[in-house]
Amino acid sequence: MDLKQLYQDIILEHGKSPRNFGRCKKYTHEAKGYNPLCGDKVQIFLNLNEEKKVENLTFEGSGCAISMASTSIMTELVKGKSLEVVKKIVFDFLDMIKNTQEIKSEELDEDQKTIIMSLSGVKQYPMRVKCATLAWHTLNSAMSKKKEEVNTEAID
Amino acid sequence: MNLSNIKKEFPIFNNKNLVYLDSANSSQKPQSVIDRINDFYSNEFSNVGRSVHALSIAATNNYENTRVSVQKYINAKNKDEIVFTKGATEAINLVASTFGQKYLKEGDEILLTELEHHSNYVPWHYLRNLKGVKIEFAEVNDDGEVSVESIEKKITSKTKIIALTHLSNVTGTIVPIKEIVEIAKKKNIPVLVDGCQSAPHIKIDVKDLDCDFYAISGHKVYGPTGVGILYAKKKWLQNLPPYIGGGGMISEVKKDKVTYAPLPEKYEAGTMATAEVVAFNESIKFMQSIGIKNIIKHENELTNYALENMKKINSVNIVGNPKNKAGVISFTIKGVHPHDISTIVDEEGVAIRAGHHCCQILHERLNLSATARVSFGIYNTKEDIDILCKAIENCRKVFELK
Repeated sequence: MDLKQLYQDIILEHGKSPRNFGRCKKYTHEAKGYNPLCGDKVQIFLNLNEEKKVENLTFEGSGCAISMASTSIMTELVKGKSLEVVKKIVFDFLDMIKNTQEIKSEELDEDQKTIIMSLSGVKQYPMRVKCATLAWHTLNSAMSKKKEEVNTEAID
Repeated sequence: MNLSNIKKEFPIFNNKNLVYLDSANSSQKPQSVIDRINDFYSNEFSNVGRSVHALSIAATNNYENTRVSVQKYINAKNKDEIVFTKGATEAINLVASTFGQKYLKEGDEILLTELEHHSNYVPWHYLRNLKGVKIEFAEVNDDGEVSVESIEKKITSKTKIIALTHLSNVTGTIVPIKEIVEIAKKKNIPVLVDGCQSAPHIKIDVKDLDCDFYAISGHKVYGPTGVGILYAKKKWLQNLPPYIGGGGMISEVKKDKVTYAPLPEKYEAGTMATAEVVAFNESIKFMQSIGIKNIIKHENELTNYALENMKKINSVNIVGNPKNKAGVISFTIKGVHPHDISTIVDEEGVAIRAGHHCCQILHERLNLSATARVSFGIYNTKEDIDILCKAIENCRKVFELK
């Protein structure tokens, strides 16, 4: 296994300087996620406008480079998109990490696909998959307005 | 036994570039322990204590021989003071549950320390809801030490039991148990010691410590999983109610009443991990063949060597600085999360632990969300530490730190 596959430059860069970090002033949805195995924590703040488009998506939390980068990348990719599209992207991402080799979604352009695929290196490291998926599960939870905290140990 | 060849006793190190620095989590097993399990199942297996046939009698003798070995190893007065459990976790649960049932009531206090592993906190936490008891935590200082004074400060007229670790699985702190027990005795408070980390690394003499309970985990002492030891003074095992009910722990069973077996069977319900208990005898023999003095000397040398070399690496921060310490070192690297450290050093075949090591209370106290941890066993060498330090350097390269 090649560490560079896991720690690609784009991941290191997002990990060091995560985008959209902090609690945005106005948000309509929020959810918390927690990985009890390593203590990674994330809180998602989602602001949907009247047209059900993502006006803003920010996060707070602490975690490893993979989890911070994954969250940061996610916030960048879904901004401005409609709720339905975001749900599709989240599904595609989780499906890519767990099952398939590629992102099927037509909602993302080639550059965005390249960015999202930089996270595919975790597939070689089963214990690190949850680092990459925590924020995405948490966004799902925020979108469905679930009250319970996402717990990676309770997800298949 | 020659320590320089000790790795050869452990088949997992054959033909593998494995640098195993996760022994505080679980130790590797010497060939003698592995062979004993195989031999026992191949030639000697029977359930123990139930049948009168020769095979069962021989198996029972083997099983009981381990009890006597453990008794001698920890210098207990009586072999009936040794109860086999499935692990140290169950041993602590046994005491918390039965002691809580019989002796605790609303408003009583249980005194723990901030160093405790979750297995020496959660079983007591259950009693909060069940009995309305309070849990107090003796504070650790910034070096990661628990002083006798910090315990004394938290003892009140309501303190009913003190439960604390002998050796921290995060900072390696050795806690002054004997002095703490002395103070507790004056106030008539029983003391439970979580000896999971101490058992493989320092001398244990329960008579000298004079503690009431001592819990040991077999798999950390080069033994099989599924074996734990609860040492308890006889008066406690006699007075406390039974824990798990079932076969083997009864004396007489009627439709309207049940009486219980004498010690230690009263606490060993159901079919035990027979082969594992039998093989655990080999772990004790292995420890004895090296000698605890030699183990302490070797592991102290390793710890000092590791601390010295790890401190030379820029950006490595060692967690805690206890004066009295054994072979556990937790650390962080500025700019690299412990999970990333673990993944990166794993590429060089170096197995370490990352996370909170089942000690969230301590991590919160130290203001850390996670740490990386190296912990030594008898098989580790200075060369292992050199490889570790090189692998740590690689974290900085991967993360492009200066």
